[in-house]
Amino acid sequence: MKKDLLGIADLTADDIYRVLETAEAMREVGQRTIKKVPTLRGKTVVNLFYEPSTRTRTSFEIAEKRLSADTLNVAVAASSVLKGETLVDTAMNIEAMAPDMIVLRHASSGACHLLSRICKSRIINAGDGMHEHPTQALLDAFTIREHKKTIEGLKIAIVGDLLHSRVLRSNALLLTKLGANLWVCGPPTLVPPGIECLGVKVTTSVKEAVQDADVIMMLRIQQERMQGAFFPSLREYFDVFGMTKERVALAKPDVIIMHPGPMNRGVEIASDVADGPYSVILEQVANGVAVRMAVLYLLAGGVEDEAAA
Amino acid sequence: MARALARIAHEILERNSRIEDVALVGIRTRGVPLARRIAKTLNEISNHETPCGALDITLYRDDLSGNSSGDRPQPVIHKTEIDFSVDGKLVLLVDDVLYTGRTIRAALDALIDFGRPKAIQLIVLIDRGHRELPIKADYVGKNIPTSATQQVQVHLAEIDGKDEVEVLP
Amino acid sequence: MKRLLKGGRLVDPASGRDGAFDVLIDGDRIARVGKDLPADGATVVEIPKGFVVVPGLIDIHVHLREPGQEHKETVATGTLAAVTGGFTAVACMPNTSPVNDNAGVTEYMLKKAAEANLARVYPIGAVSRGQKGEQLADIAELKRAGCVAITDDGRPVATALLMRRALEYASMFDMPVIEHCEEQTLKGDGVAHEGYQASSLGLRGIPGEAESIMALRDISLSSLTGGAVHIAHMSARQTLAAVRFGKSQGARVTCEVTPHHFVLTDEMLGAPIAYDTNTKMNPPLRETADRDAMLAGLADGSIDVIATDHAPHAADEKHVEFDHAPFGITGLETAVSLCLDRLVHRGVLTLPRLIELLSVNPAKIINVTGGSLAEGAPADITILAPDLAVTVVAAAMKSKSKNTPFDGWTLRGGVAATIVGGRLVYANESAHLVNW
Repeated sequence: MKKDLLGIADLTADDIYRVLETAEAMREVGQRTIKKVPTLRGKTVVNLFYEPSTRTRTSFEIAEKRLSADTLNVAVAASSVLKGETLVDTAMNIEAMAPDMIVLRHASSGACHLLSRICKSRIINAGDGMHEHPTQALLDAFTIREHKKTIEGLKIAIVGDLLHSRVLRSNALLLTKLGANLWVCGPPTLVPPGIECLGVKVTTSVKEAVQDADVIMMLRIQQERMQGAFFPSLREYFDVFGMTKERVALAKPDVIIMHPGPMNRGVEIASDVADGPYSVILEQVANGVAVRMAVLYLLAGGVEDEAAA
Repeated sequence: MARALARIAHEILERNSRIEDVALVGIRTRGVPLARRIAKTLNEISNHETPCGALDITLYRDDLSGNSSGDRPQPVIHKTEIDFSVDGKLVLLVDDVLYTGRTIRAALDALIDFGRPKAIQLIVLIDRGHRELPIKADYVGKNIPTSATQQVQVHLAEIDGKDEVEVLP
Repeated sequence: MKRLLKGGRLVDPASGRDGAFDVLIDGDRIARVGKDLPADGATVVEIPKGFVVVPGLIDIHVHLREPGQEHKETVATGTLAAVTGGFTAVACMPNTSPVNDNAGVTEYMLKKAAEANLARVYPIGAVSRGQKGEQLADIAELKRAGCVAITDDGRPVATALLMRRALEYASMFDMPVIEHCEEQTLKGDGVAHEGYQASSLGLRGIPGEAESIMALRDISLSSLTGGAVHIAHMSARQTLAAVRFGKSQGARVTCEVTPHHFVLTDEMLGAPIAYDTNTKMNPPLRETADRDAMLAGLADGSIDVIATDHAPHAADEKHVEFDHAPFGITGLETAVSLCLDRLVHRGVLTLPRLIELLSVNPAKIINVTGGSLAEGAPADITILAPDLAVTVVAAAMKSKSKNTPFDGWTLRGGVAATIVGGRLVYANESAHLVNW
């Protein structure tokens, strides 16, 4: 693996399997009474979150602590960013204190790439703008494999705001790399131009997307999208694209329903589906810790192409 | 090899009046099949199912922190599978080769994170000397004195297709 | 002081000359052009074999940033960059601070240009006061102070009505309205060309139609009013189609393209440097079909001018997240090499045709003397070295700013010397122009 985890785009299928297999072992740590191993003892990890996030940040923090790393949370509101300090300056200031890894979540696509050019620390992308959210895709893949044993050949449907979703991009890259039959679905106003070039099938029909699907993944719809005239109302969105029991019934009988969270109940997903028997949404959260432990562990090590040095 | 393992199984029975308290934990990778073989023999001669588990000590190794500037990729981790409680048990750690003792130290740390065994003893197939820590084996298959430059490789049928011990210069 | 430029190839499309012609310079004028001219007391300057003498190049789209943004560039550094790039004259944009919407700012720019005494500077005035898009600026005053055209560049002219009035009014002074074509609601907060590259990098997109829709508006208004509109920095194939249509209908429309729009595509966003802010400009780098359309438009004569849209920005302004970086790259010092390498050497254009795009047509559009090596014309001459091996080194550029995506590029073709009003203002050491 490379020095940083900036996106699924930089990972080979082998890299992905390596993470997933390591995550298996890491999950077992979370099942012990003493949920701690000394592996990253003495390493400093900075969680630099420019966007609010309870779920992802907590998940990373637990993962770091379980590996005995020293964790530092930098949340934007409490920091010098409000005083007008640029990302570059903030990063260089943090870098001067020599952390081993920086976990960055930022509203601008490419922020992690910028950081990786400036910092010697390993950079882990916890979500950059609309670009990628690689650890989410990895934990989604882990969850799918738990239930379906393999990703190859599965029909997977991703439904929602495709245009603004970094979860979509990371998942599209990962699932196609591992040989899934991936369908993406949303209103035409929210389909990113050229997305078919990623090897996915695009449809505006939820029925077509979920027909005989093995996995259904819902993406969050944000209230702000109505300002951009992407669709007329949340009510209409739910009517045309919302995941209801009836639509789930079109999928395979052993389908699993996934959502990266947080959910807007009654907008992209009906409550009875979110809480229903097919939903694995809470498992995704649990798996997130194991997958992030695996990423932290693998990145703490060497870089294969530096081996010659 | 089979005779050494059988002898060890008998020794275990001899030294431990309460076989119900005993549990075997093999250290990955090759300690695991060795532990299973010993457990099987024990079960046959004592008419009692001795629990057997597998321990991956990668996360406890003391040479990982030194990998900070990144010269090597991380070692691959395998699952630890100990599906019984270790509390109050006499845990017999099993490994193929005892050399510097660092692997055993890591295994002790790992085991203690799992619970509080009554006691821990060590079974090794080969003891090749050159200890760097004060660790000793309680049951030894064979002592093979070696020089530091030599390598001792144990091959097992379950993993390598055949049972043999190789000493390489 | 008389000098005789002897021995080079002369390319002067205005007179139809292309071949071995000598040029006699007397003071600041061209005295004679002919074959095998006698020295007659003039200093003979031997033009090395392979070099080409052409009328001084004119860049009609340059941001000199002075007054107000001198940390990015000044008239002095900008005109130095211009002559280093082979340009004897530049027309500079009014989006300074304060905006060039009055004689005071125009005269300030001209004063600075005179002090620097390098390339000629022709200021372009604003269409609207403060470039706010509400009221017309005092266009007659701007003309009298020395402006050659008007534009609200940085933005389009805000409303169709205002554009109509501007075209009508400016035609009285024979000044074109130069337009930055962009339908603002379609552009939204886009930062890159709307297409696969932007989608996969998670960047908000700007469709080509954001440009062509406005171009169609302006071409229609040009037809309505009879005023001249010049479409700045064209990037989209849809815009080119609109221009072709307008021209076929007899509209007074001209257009320009920048070197980066006929060389680069939006693939540069992802590689070699992902999210390189030196690939962020407005209009953005578009897809291959658009880049190829620009090349076709240059070849078939639909495009009138090559201009750089030289937009310097300080390093720390560009060293930020892609979304937050200002739009723009420099262009004065890379244009000629890119044109020679990518157009002439690849057979897209002949050298005479290139000189039309870089000298003859720009002079015509902004109505200034230039674009020809005629007897009596000012001695504004560029000497090209079409086979010179050039490596672009951003750090060594004369512009104050180094925001270029071409750093490290090796190109075939460069500038040997730049002469303004008979003075040698730039000579390339590796081009060995002897005995000036």
